[in-house]
Amino acid sequence: MATAFKQSDDLMAAAREEAFSMPLDKIDVSDGARFVNNTFWPFFERLRRDAPIHYCADSKFGPYWSVTRYKDIMAVDTNHAIFSSDAHLGGITVADMDDDFILPMFIAMDPPKHDVQRKAVSPIVAPANLAVLEVLIRERAQKIFDNLPINEPFDWVDRVSIELTTQMLATLFDFPWEDRRKLTYWSDIATSDPDLPGNPNKEERQLILLECLQYFTNLWNERVNAPPAGDLISMMAHDPATRDMAPMEYLGNLILLIVGGNDTTRNSISGGLLFLNENPDQYEKLRNNHALVETMVPEIVRYQTPLAHMRRTALQDTILGGQHIRKGDKVVMWYVSGNRDETEIENPNAFIIDRARPRQHLSFGFGIHRCVGNRLAEMQLKIVWEEILKRWPMIEVLEPPVRVSSSFVKGYEKMMVRIPG
Amino acid sequence: MSHVTFIEANGTEHGVDVDNGVSVMEAAIQNSVPGIDGDCGGNCACATCHVYIDPKWAPLTGERTQMEHDMLEFAEGVEPNSRLACQIHMTAELDGLVVRMPESQH
Repeated sequence: MATAFKQSDDLMAAAREEAFSMPLDKIDVSDGARFVNNTFWPFFERLRRDAPIHYCADSKFGPYWSVTRYKDIMAVDTNHAIFSSDAHLGGITVADMDDDFILPMFIAMDPPKHDVQRKAVSPIVAPANLAVLEVLIRERAQKIFDNLPINEPFDWVDRVSIELTTQMLATLFDFPWEDRRKLTYWSDIATSDPDLPGNPNKEERQLILLECLQYFTNLWNERVNAPPAGDLISMMAHDPATRDMAPMEYLGNLILLIVGGNDTTRNSISGGLLFLNENPDQYEKLRNNHALVETMVPEIVRYQTPLAHMRRTALQDTILGGQHIRKGDKVVMWYVSGNRDETEIENPNAFIIDRARPRQHLSFGFGIHRCVGNRLAEMQLKIVWEEILKRWPMIEVLEPPVRVSSSFVKGYEKMMVRIPG
Repeated sequence: MSHVTFIEANGTEHGVDVDNGVSVMEAAIQNSVPGIDGDCGGNCACATCHVYIDPKWAPLTGERTQMEHDMLEFAEGVEPNSRLACQIHMTAELDGLVVRMPESQH
């Protein structure tokens, strides 16, 4: 029972065998299939060891470089003068934006435009506002937890992770409450791979995102004619840097805020519970000392790495880790790999809730694109775990979670759990 | 060794002695001074070691680098005397340095 949630060791052993025997130039870590069954790890281990700056000439997403060590990732992330995030060059994921559907958003812009747009929305996660949000988040978390079934299996992703983050997001946008699951839907569609069976195809995806734009345009029109308020839409509608945005740019920034504020925290909420089940000694340690939530939260964010990578495009020829990167090359920083780099993080494959410097991880990125909501994310996770520990000593994960098929959003679609009663 | 005084937003003072060459961020971390996070480990990449240099010391701590300037663009409550503590390294000349910290690192 206690290990029912663990995935097959055989599958991992086979992946390891494959990763360490295949020709280096055939390794393609961008394949979402290996993220569904969680067997991508040994491929990154091989790259970190044998080819830390690795060129994949042929992938579904075209040729790309993989940067897999912590220090090299830091070097790329902090060199925005050479490594561009510009949407028109492809943007920030290994998958290029569709040429006919480019969504400019500040994470996919370079200075100076990036700077002024980011500043238009960043006050929402400023310390003063976080204090206000903390009270709200705690009340809502309490309500969600108080309504969970006891001694009966349920999907943690849907009932807790999605519900909590979607409520948060609806608040940040001052979004119509009863429609809030639309935000989850749009977030999932925005990051979905149109080539996978079951997902909307490219045209359908674009149509759904345009519906999202239409919905938000109505909200914009309400807010732009009202006095400035504290929600993200009003902030954008009234800030000189964003008030004249073209519709696709508005949509781009919405998608950024929806995905950034939703998928990431959602998957860290699910991941944390999974990791504690996988590491009963750590769960025990936490039960005995609730104050460890403080250091556990950043460790969850490291261990989960909810966004597996960020991508840049080289603006000029450059040398990185001895490799010659050419102008126009696609460069992918694999945060998920750097967060397991043993030369930078001690015992990186272990989930340890009381690390000395737990915030030393790449999950939020570094440099000018570092996650604007990182303190809000930490606060949400902290509240979640404080409230859980007040109620129950143990929540059991019942079976292996269903993982997302993506090498960008690293997360869970479903995770069945039970609260023993 | 040189002496640095860190003053929290609430006025609490912490005086520490550190080896020359050590960054002001590391000086805080090594001595468990609250109020400096230093998430990126001194790479000028996170802006969570934001400090205000006491005016008297400003001429001796030098100028912001371009990257430091770019990172401070996104910190909270930036003032003309704002610096990232990881970019200032202790020297005999800086013995006695006084820096103030913002309410929180962000």
